[in-house]
This record gives sequence, structure tokens and C-alpha cells, in this order.
Amino acid sequence: MRASQHSQLRFITCGSVDDGKSTLIGRLLNDTGAVFDDQLRAATDTQGAVDFAALLDGLDAEREQGITIDVAYRYFHTPVRSFIVADCPGHVQYTRNMATGASNAEAAIVLVDARKGLLTQTRRHTWICGLFGVRDVILAVNKMDLVGHDEAVFDAIRTEYAEMARAAGITSVQAIPVSALLGENLVETATSMPWYSGPTLLTALESLEPSRIDGIADAFHLPVQYVNRWGQDFRGYCGTLVSGRVRPGDTVTIQPSNLRAAITAVYSGGTAISEGTLGQALTLTLDKEIDISRGDVLSAAANPLEVSDQFSTHLLWMSTQPMLPGRSYRLLCGTREVMATVTDIKHLIDVDTQAQLAAKQLEINQVGACNISLASPIPFAPFDQSKALGGFILIDRQTNETVAAGRIEFALRRATNVHWQAIEVDKRARAISLGQTPKCVWFTGLSGAGKSTIANAVEKQLLALGKHAYILDGDNVRHGLNRDLGFTDVDRVENIRRVAEVAKLMTDAGLIVLVSFISPFRSERQMARELFAPGEFLEVYVSTPLEVAESRDVKGLYARARAGEIPNFTGIDSPYEAPESPELCVDTVDTGVEDVARKVVSALRL
Amino acid sequence: MTFTVAAEVKQNAVTGTLDQLESESIHILREVAACFHRPVMLYSIGKDSSVLLHLLQKAFAPAMSPISLLHVDTGWKFREMIAFRDMRVRETGIPLHVHTNPEGVAEGVGPFTHGAAKHTQIMKTDALKQALNLFKVDAAIGGARRDEEKSRAKERVFSFRNTHHHWDPKHQRPELWSLYNTHLNEGESVRVFPLSNWTELDVWEYIRRERIPVPSLYFAKMRPVVNRNGAWIMVDDDRMPIGPDEKVEERCVRFRTLGCYPLTGAIESTAETLDDIIAEMRASRDSERQGRVIDHDPGASMEKKKREGYF
Repeated sequence: MRASQHSQLRFITCGSVDDGKSTLIGRLLNDTGAVFDDQLRAATDTQGAVDFAALLDGLDAEREQGITIDVAYRYFHTPVRSFIVADCPGHVQYTRNMATGASNAEAAIVLVDARKGLLTQTRRHTWICGLFGVRDVILAVNKMDLVGHDEAVFDAIRTEYAEMARAAGITSVQAIPVSALLGENLVETATSMPWYSGPTLLTALESLEPSRIDGIADAFHLPVQYVNRWGQDFRGYCGTLVSGRVRPGDTVTIQPSNLRAAITAVYSGGTAISEGTLGQALTLTLDKEIDISRGDVLSAAANPLEVSDQFSTHLLWMSTQPMLPGRSYRLLCGTREVMATVTDIKHLIDVDTQAQLAAKQLEINQVGACNISLASPIPFAPFDQSKALGGFILIDRQTNETVAAGRIEFALRRATNVHWQAIEVDKRARAISLGQTPKCVWFTGLSGAGKSTIANAVEKQLLALGKHAYILDGDNVRHGLNRDLGFTDVDRVENIRRVAEVAKLMTDAGLIVLVSFISPFRSERQMARELFAPGEFLEVYVSTPLEVAESRDVKGLYARARAGEIPNFTGIDSPYEAPESPELCVDTVDTGVEDVARKVVSALRL
Repeated sequence: MTFTVAAEVKQNAVTGTLDQLESESIHILREVAACFHRPVMLYSIGKDSSVLLHLLQKAFAPAMSPISLLHVDTGWKFREMIAFRDMRVRETGIPLHVHTNPEGVAEGVGPFTHGAAKHTQIMKTDALKQALNLFKVDAAIGGARRDEEKSRAKERVFSFRNTHHHWDPKHQRPELWSLYNTHLNEGESVRVFPLSNWTELDVWEYIRRERIPVPSLYFAKMRPVVNRNGAWIMVDDDRMPIGPDEKVEERCVRFRTLGCYPLTGAIESTAETLDDIIAEMRASRDSERQGRVIDHDPGASMEKKKREGYF
């Protein structure tokens, strides 16, 4: 990107809590005239000393605890450039907020206390910067006044840091000896360090040209954000240009459909322009009527993106609810949203030491190397080539919380390599030959609620009606297909995933499948539901209360769970999430089993 | 030290910045249109609203904006603001809804009788929540900027609000790259701030470059004012009580922000053009909100008001 197009620089500041971050930013803001008199008065104590941290920490909770919790964005400008600085929290507990700041930054100032040298925090923040796309670092070796302005101290830190930064994927490091407290080498050159001939911190910020990772061989790519229809004839495709440039007459491929068209006009803010460039929010029109919607990508015909549905990724987990492999999350990449499942955690990375550790699940603030699988293929670019087409977030489907930030490393297979085997006898033909409509009846409820008893009675009634049914029972399936699974949350998710897939195959075979599984989590029942056609899946909640189920204790499991012999027992020390809107809610407390079964059969509308 | 600015260099620097800011804001507005069912833009008639309205037209041109406007009217705006609002709505053709808290009107709530804090709570915060519930709004776009105030510096672009419209600064959704999580459950909503990364100076530079109309209250003129607690309050209508120790004077003043007239202090100025305003702003040593009476109430910090549902 040329300087004339890029006069604003967005950077973050990071480093350890006591390294003088607030003082440095406060001084930069103050010395460039970005702090107004009334704000400065509010941050000045009775002795006339300015508390720069008070200028920056804007939340009551932050002032109470004296720490920075969330990223604060501050603005200042010089004659040459305008700046947005994100002041990032240092504490490991807020790793996710630091990563958020890094994701939106083009450069970082990493602070090091000259007396202490590189700390865990320096290493952690540098590594996260590299992971989330910062390639350029200014290393501010601070408190030089406290080490006698010693060049040897500065050189040692600079050398050690350069090596570490290279390993973290940082491509350029500019080291500057400073004293934030005394204002040395921040805005004005310090006379105390004549051995240093480089720029001041501000000059370095003004002249820094961040390395770009927003171009895939300079080819045009635009994720479609919004389709603009106006009148009978106008259909424009709106989006922000994330790579290359575009002119009227260019041929484009629409991904993932692979259809081609030519650009007829490029509009910026309603004005037709001769060329659209990187970062512009554009509206494009094409020479053909093609069905294009949000999430599609318009790509240069000669340089289409790779398309895949399985990826090797790095994930930063940001939720207090741990990540469970097998659970399905919404994945948002560019403007495309698809369902995604982590199939495998290859290893966890200790953010302090970058050591690789084995893991079954990811906890908050942990980074893992994970394989993910998507419900449908997406056009993408590896993150190292494009933040916009290789960075993604995961969203929990129940709470809507943003639970992870991720980067695509590479595709595990090209989506085109695996084809769905077309079989000529289809589901409909099988259903007709059996004389029935296939269904999946999903019984959920506590252990001992009566699920299997009801399923059993339903199957007998169906048999009497001449219908073909089959029961998938939790206990039975665990003896065979799922005998490798335990009762942790991770294993429960996989347990349900497998049985849902089997139930789907059985309905494909034309059967009425009766699934009798505790299936304690809403997320997984929702995942199961989505495998089926509308109307094909009936969730039956067997709502027998815990006291009743426990008093029955047919298998003696509750007694053992209460005695602490069975860990993770649903209803005792593992949660059960009752359905919010099941197709049918039954219990066996007031109604006999045969009557309940009749209700279920009638709900099937055979 | 402060910088003396070479006008020519500055001009170039800002042009690139404005293009970048404009594209980002348009991207955000399009996300709103694509991802929400009942979005509105909160139009409060000031300079930031004027920029937003202009961006809204640009984002969806040549079509009409699919997002309509909502003005929460306290009944105490400058008269000129209301006339300007109605003119802009006629010119742009974008539908406008106006809402005033009917209970507040029935009780005769006003800043002179009830004080700044209570007036703001009832006629702004409560009225906003009423309007958002009434129109079942799931995304409300506002013109707030992060450089305005300390707690705003911590605000997200898409700011999540629970079913009671409350903001929880400790549990905000992380925002990475330009990926915005727009999923909501029933009754929840977001406030969207497309101008988050703009500064006051960017706003004025953009108004000048794009020739965006703004109310003339921003430009210096002789106006009748009263000095009240150190602020110049303009006598905009005869509802304003004049104390025995007060005197109405004609002074050459202008406004840096616009709100309810009894709560918005004017500054003495001779800036009659956009160039004058920009020059004055560059030289100013006081922040924009310094003239806002409600910001000086220690019991009603911006963070507290935002937690309760204020913008």
C-alpha cells in the first residue's frame, strides 16, 4: 500500500503491566496535543502530577482495580499521519482482548523495561501479535534512565528480542531506547543517548510502512456483503475489496458456484469510477443475471480462491464454556457463515512458552492447533496471505456468544476430491416400497425417565400397524458403535453425533427410527435435528422429574452416582438442558405407558 | 510541544484517512442492512448524524436506504434543529419516525423544572427504550465516536444490549478483523457505531469535503445568551426562565455539539465558515463535550448512563 493511500496507522501497545505503557501513551497523546485541557485537569492530582493511566482507563471497574480490562482506542495526529492506538490489557486473563486489539492493528509497540529485559509477557504478546497478523514491531526499551543510558543493555535486549520475534512470525523489528517518564526519544531526540542515531518513537510511527498481508497475488477478490436491488433493472453487488483492484470489463468467477461474468460498472458511493482499489466499499454490476447472494466471493477469473470444507487452523478460545470437539458452531469468514465442527485438537499451545501440549478440550484464553470440518465448502485464502479471507470467528449457537477467533492455515483436502456417491434408488423410492414416511423420533430425558420403555411400546404399536421401525438405544449403542466413548462432555457430544448420523442413514433407508438417548445438551439435539428434512424429526421430551426417576432407579445407577461411584451423571453432577420447544412433551407419572405411546404414534401422522 | 500544521501536508494526510474511514463506515452500514430485521438509524440532527445520513445514502446508492430514521425528541431541542430535520427528511426521502416519551410530556418533564439528570433519564434514555421496543428495533445505529469520552473509548462497533437495553462493559463481544457477530436472541438488540474510529476533526474535514449540510447553529452568529454556571445558554424560546441576577446578552457564539438547548453551552467564536471551524478546532484546548451540562453531573457518568440504556 502506498503512503498516500495509507496515511492512518493503527497500532497496539503491549508489554508487561509495570513497563510504563500508560505513561508512554499518555505522553505521546499529550505531546502531540491530543489531550485537551479539561481532560488533563481531570487527570491531574493536587500536587500537579498527571496520572496518565487515569487518562486511559475509562471504566469504573478498571479504576477500582487499577488495571486495564478491555482495549481502549485513542486517537492522535501529526502533520504527517493520523493514528489510532489500541491500549491492550497486559494480564493473561485478558489474552482475548489483547488478541482483539492485535487483529485490528497494522503494527505494535512492544515495551520492555530495560532493567528487567524480556519477560514472559513480552514473549506472550509478541507471539499473539504474530498469530493475529501483526508483522511489524517497534521495540521500545523503556526506563533507559534507570540503567544509566547504557548502550550495552539496549543492544543485549535488542538482539535477544529480534531472535524471538522472528520465531513468532514478526518480519520487521525497529528497536528504540526511550524513557517514557522523561520523554526521551518519544517525540524529541534525547541528548542522553548520543550513541543512538535512529528515529524517535514518533518519527518511527510516522514513517512505518506496515507489511501487507491483504493481497493474494494482487488478484481481485470481493466477498459479497449485500445485494442491492433498485427498480426493475439494477442489481448491484456490494462489498469491500479485500485484495487487488477491479475495472469495468474484468472477467470474474463467482465462488463457490464457479459461474463467470464480466463487470459492467464499478460504483463508489453511487458514483461510477474507472477502478476500485483495496479497502474500498464498492458496488459492482455484472453483464449477466446470476443468482449471487451474501457470502459468495467475486474473484478474478484467472485467480480464483481455493475452496474447501476441511482445514488445519489455530483457534484462540474466548469463552468460559470450554470448546468441545464434535459440537457444531457457527463459523463466520468474510461474509460467509457456515456450521463448523472441531474434529480434532492436534495440540494446545502454551502462550507463555509456545510449548505444544496434548489436550481433549480448549479452555478460555487457550490457543490450540485444531482441525475443523464445515457443513459446506467455502472459498478462502490462508491467513498468512489474507486476513480477510483466512481469519474467522466461531459463534455459539445457543448463547450467540463469540467463542473463538481463528486463522486458516491450509485446507486438509480440496473439496472437489470427495464426491457424494450418487445412488439411483433414492430415499423416496425406498419409502414407497415400504409403504411409509420415514421419521426420526428423538426421545430425550433423564436416566430412568422412561424413554426406552416408551420407545419399546411405540415400536410394538408401529409393528401392529405394519410399519417398519427400529430402536437406537443409548445403552445398546454404547456396547458396540460407541464403546470407545466415556461420559465426559467431549465424549457425550461425539456419542450424539454418531447416533444422529446413524439415525439419518436409517431414515434414508425408509425406516421410522426411535432414538432413545439422554442427550443432555440442546446444542447436540439441535445438530441432530438439522440433519433431517423439515417435519422428519420429532423431539419427544420425556419430562419425568428427577425425584421420580431417582426413586425408580431401575438400574441402580442413581444410588451409585449419589455414592460418588459414577462421575458426570446427568441430573446429579452433570447438567441436563431440557428442550425449549419439543414437538411433544410426555411423562409417565400420571399416564400409562401405552397411552403415552399412542400419543407419540398419533403425532407421527402416519 | 504542539504542532504547527502545514496546511498542504495535512490536507494529503487527511484525504487518505477520510477515504479509509468512509469505506469502513459503509461496510458497517451494509452489515446492518444484511444481518438485521428491523434496523433504524438514530437521527439526532447534529454533525455526526449529518455524516451518518450522508453515508447511509452513499452505502445504498442508487437505491433508497433500506434503513429508516428515528428521532427521539425530548421536546427541548433548538427550534432550528427541528426545522433542519424536517428539511433533510424531505430532501433525502428517507422515512423518519419521531418519538417523544408521552408520560414525560404528561408530567411536564423538562430540564428547568426537573434538572438535567432526571430530564435526560426520562426524555432521552427512557424515551429511547420505549421507541426501540415500540418499533421492535434489533439494531439501532448511532453517531457516537470513541474519541468523545473515556468509556466510549472502550465501546464496540456492534455493542450488544440485553432485553432491558443494558450495556455490560465487562462482557462485550470481542471484535476481530471486520467480522461482526450479529446473532441475537428474542428481545436483545445492538447499538451500532459506524463512526467509532472517526475523530471530531475527521467529521468536520469530511463535512467540508463532501459539502454535507449541517444546522447553522454550528456557525458563529450574534445570539441571545445567558451566562449560567459558567456556560453560555441560548434563549431559544420563552420557556426559559431568566433569574433576577441574570441578564440576556447578544454575543457572537456557536455550538460544538447540539442537544437540548437548556443543556448545551455555546462557545464564543467568530468562526463563520467550515474553514474557520476547522482552524478553530485545531487550536482549541478544550474537548468537545466540555459544553455539555449533563456530562458534568458526577452521579451520572457516561458509563452509568450507558449501562442503563443511554446511547
